[in-house]
Amino acid sequence: MKAPFDLTWRFWRVWQRNLAVYRESWQINFAPPLLEPFLYLLAFGVGFSSMVGPIQYEGRQLSYVSFIAPALIAINIMNNAFFETTYASFVRMYYQKTFDALMATPLTVEEVITGEIVWGATKTVIATVIMMAVVSLFGLIDYPSGLLLIPLAFLGGLAFGAIGMYFTGIVKTIELFNLPVFLFVTPMFLFSGTFFPVENLPAWAQALAFILPLTHLVNLCRALSWGIYHSSLLWECLYLIIFCLIFFPLAIRKMRRRLLK
Amino acid sequence: MTTNSIDARHIRKTYGDLVAVDDVSFQVRSGECFGILGPNGAGKTSIIRMIYGFSPMTGGELMVFGLDGRKNMRAIKARIGVCQQENSVDPDLTVRQNLEVFARYFDIPRAVAEERTRKLLHFMALDHRLDARAIDLSGGLMRRLIIARALINEPELLILDEPTTGLDPQSRHQVWSRLEELRASGLSILLTTHYMDEAARLCDRLMIMDHGRIIVEGEPAELIKNHIGHDIIEVDEPSAELRAYIRARNWRHEDLGHRLIIYVEEGNQMFHEISGVCGKEGCLMRPATLEDVFLKLTGRDLRE
Repeated sequence: MKAPFDLTWRFWRVWQRNLAVYRESWQINFAPPLLEPFLYLLAFGVGFSSMVGPIQYEGRQLSYVSFIAPALIAINIMNNAFFETTYASFVRMYYQKTFDALMATPLTVEEVITGEIVWGATKTVIATVIMMAVVSLFGLIDYPSGLLLIPLAFLGGLAFGAIGMYFTGIVKTIELFNLPVFLFVTPMFLFSGTFFPVENLPAWAQALAFILPLTHLVNLCRALSWGIYHSSLLWECLYLIIFCLIFFPLAIRKMRRRLLK
Repeated sequence: MTTNSIDARHIRKTYGDLVAVDDVSFQVRSGECFGILGPNGAGKTSIIRMIYGFSPMTGGELMVFGLDGRKNMRAIKARIGVCQQENSVDPDLTVRQNLEVFARYFDIPRAVAEERTRKLLHFMALDHRLDARAIDLSGGLMRRLIIARALINEPELLILDEPTTGLDPQSRHQVWSRLEELRASGLSILLTTHYMDEAARLCDRLMIMDHGRIIVEGEPAELIKNHIGHDIIEVDEPSAELRAYIRARNWRHEDLGHRLIIYVEEGNQMFHEISGVCGKEGCLMRPATLEDVFLKLTGRDLRE
């Protein structure tokens, strides 16, 4: 027997709960998005750029740092959302029994999981805004088009949060998250056109890269950071939306099976 | 007509081949404290999980406040308070925040939530730790916080799954007296416990389960009277002579090897006779308890 999909605006209560906890330790939460871009831009801007020199990309000449800065934002979006709905959600579910407490109130599993994913996307937006401020100090984001990175961070946050939650629905122990990190996140980090253009890969690897969501997020982040629009961006957006539409219901299904026994 | 708080009819729960709850029917009347007792794996927690919607039922019918658990779970959950076995407080939040955040899940307006938080934390004797982080609380304080939290929506039914497991005697008695006050105020309570003294003290009625089935149901005093009698005589290291003496008189007893347990109706006379045979050393008469009933009905074998 299957219960209907029961989702109302009440998922917001779960979001509020996570915000309340986040606010208790905001100093710690603010640190990584503030410091990480400094480290990356320092390493690649000072250390690496002298070896690479200016590069050609889509008919434009630009510095290596301005090539990778938007990709760093995309990676930050992926990491924030993915790690929030995997490790952090798993801790809430398995160790803190937070989901058990929530589900004994008028909230449903659907609302708990939706609240978690939307919260993950929100936390991603906060981290992205902090990171944008740092990257902007180096003059690497074009405004006002760069402001669109904020809604993009939310969309990307939903996509990576949904697939993260899907993994949380199926892993037995927290150590097993190493698998999706090693097989999914790390390859994307390296091969999604982040540190070198996808076109440098052999054809079969390019095809593979275009299946990965980060490739599309990186393309979108570059376009918005540089203020260059073309029609393919709509397809990239659509890809991320479809990715959400697939993994969000899948995540809910897996979590229902996991939590309601 | 007053509806029962809980009306369970022929409920079943299976996990694959394992039958956790096997055709169980019981009622929790409005305003009473009802206990579910049983060894580990008897099906107590499975029943409780079905009541608050964590476990879809395999079969049967479960009505809470006259509402069908299959269709109206959200409405049911709005009117119950649940204390699960495991601590589920928000460790990073303070004691006060734990309740205020929880109140939002029930759509309780902020001002009302603050007022109830103040009252409940006072009631559970937590007012001295309002701004302590929940993670820093001792086991007893944590339990009290969870009970306070379960009362934030002013429930009509409180569900307690082993509420005092792991607590020191002071904390247990504190929790018990609060629960007695709640019961006196008309709150219905459903309780599972491993502690027979807890069940005897708090429960108006109870059932003892084993292997997913109900073995007996009734008032604690009545169960003791019907299944054990009035008193118990325990004899340490009984002699062969005493065993023969008891068998000859056909007295109800249990032989545990190093200990003999004799169930008695009229205690004094029998005690004189027995201590006449074996001497007063190692021979003890005491009133029968629920624990005697429990062990007699579920056996003394270890379950895990």
